[in-house]
Amino acid sequence: MPQIIFVAHDGSSFEVEAAVGSNLMQVALANGIDGILGECGGACSCATCHCYLDEGVYADMPAPSSMERDMLDCVAEPEPTSRLGCQVVVTEDMDGMRVRMPASQY
Amino acid sequence: MSNRQHCIIVGGSHAGAQAAVSLRQEGWNGAITLISAEPILPYHRPPLSKAFLCGGKSDDELLIRPADFYAKQGIEVRLNTRVARVDAASRTLTCDDGTQLAYSHLILATGADVRRLSVPGSELPGVCYLRGRDDVLAIRRHLKPGGRAVIVGGGYIGLETAASLRKQGMQVVVLEAQSRVLQRVTAAEVSDFYTRVHREEGVEVMLEAAIDHIAGGEAVEAVVLSDGRTLPADLVVVGIGVLPNVELARQMGLEADNGIRVDEHARTALDDVYAVGDCTFHYNPIYATWLRLESVQNATDQARTAALAICGKAAPYKTLPWFWSDQYDLKLQIAGLSTGYDQVVIRGDSRHGRSFSAFYLREGRLLAVDAVNRPKEFTFTKRFLAEGRSADAQRLADESVDFQACFS
Repeated sequence: MPQIIFVAHDGSSFEVEAAVGSNLMQVALANGIDGILGECGGACSCATCHCYLDEGVYADMPAPSSMERDMLDCVAEPEPTSRLGCQVVVTEDMDGMRVRMPASQY
Repeated sequence: MSNRQHCIIVGGSHAGAQAAVSLRQEGWNGAITLISAEPILPYHRPPLSKAFLCGGKSDDELLIRPADFYAKQGIEVRLNTRVARVDAASRTLTCDDGTQLAYSHLILATGADVRRLSVPGSELPGVCYLRGRDDVLAIRRHLKPGGRAVIVGGGYIGLETAASLRKQGMQVVVLEAQSRVLQRVTAAEVSDFYTRVHREEGVEVMLEAAIDHIAGGEAVEAVVLSDGRTLPADLVVVGIGVLPNVELARQMGLEADNGIRVDEHARTALDDVYAVGDCTFHYNPIYATWLRLESVQNATDQARTAALAICGKAAPYKTLPWFWSDQYDLKLQIAGLSTGYDQVVIRGDSRHGRSFSAFYLREGRLLAVDAVNRPKEFTFTKRFLAEGRSADAQRLADESVDFQACFS
């Protein structure tokens, strides 16, 4: 299983196993990582699973939908590689990927 | 009374599961037991009327946390179990299988149950409700492409179900007793919009419809209206609201009329007894009113509030309520509470197309927004309302004005 490293705002990191086909929000919640909330359960309705990817990884994956882009436009501290974790599906080649989390999901 | 630190959570839904998760996240070292009447682990309810009804989600995908999470976190889960009674004086509760458990802290997350139809024929097979996973499995057994479904109730559950059944190829009629759908929760413009879209999608929406009885032999065959019209039906889905489950709380002597009364820390009147989620009647400081909410947001935030209080980090509950509803290609996102509004401003065109926002104001002050396929307007409004900012009605109505510039 790919290993994914979640990095909290304070720099502390958590390396966890991620099942291929699940999404980053599910992986975070399944491992008790509290920087990701995922209040709507993955319906792309709440933007509380906001995270930042590394540039290369971001560029290699399918682009966000217009709905996700609109939601990302209004998160607290957007960056060019911002994504909603619930919309990023885990693949084999994500092994070792870093996912940074914002200070707050609100 | 046992000295052991043991928090028991009664009810295995959004609120119950979040309470368990938050207790661990906030540093609770004692035991946690989650008691659920359901046969499966806590699951997301919103997809039930949508992806799960359409067969697009498995049980595992529905779960709020995967099965191994609970063991890893030291959370004991007792499924298929109801709590028969609680003795608050001795801090013990008795399950329906006779098991007795002692607690130091108790969280009631008993939720709500559907309001049932009472007309003759309501008990016929094929008359279904939609609250839990079992309800959807029952609906699916009666679902067949080309078959006829009658939905009783034009609220969110009824309309979401109508959209999902339509997607599955059923012929669908929605019966609404009032003069418009969503009457209790939205402005007329929003009601008219949803009626139009459902009709465009091939659903028959009948307003001011009163049911006389449901006809059938071994199963439902038709819904008969009081004006004599007969609507053939292979499936009836009733969505006429819910009532909070407060029997246990009442039996404990707690005040529970429209929900279990709790304070801003989700505490009931009994020491170390908390209540969270759909079953609570609580004060909302943003709107300065007592209310009962049926939402995921309230379930999770109130559960966090209770966990914080139990862990000695009490922080009052003061979140802006928000909701969502997915139907067809419509994503409705609601921020705030519109109750008591005296003005509605529409941004965009609700009479054509499928994208607009309805803003609710009272005495010139913004209360809430219903945003249809407008996630930006929803998200900004949600944040601005939480910050206590208001908006100018004239600017909101004018799409040429930058959205953020509408707010002061």
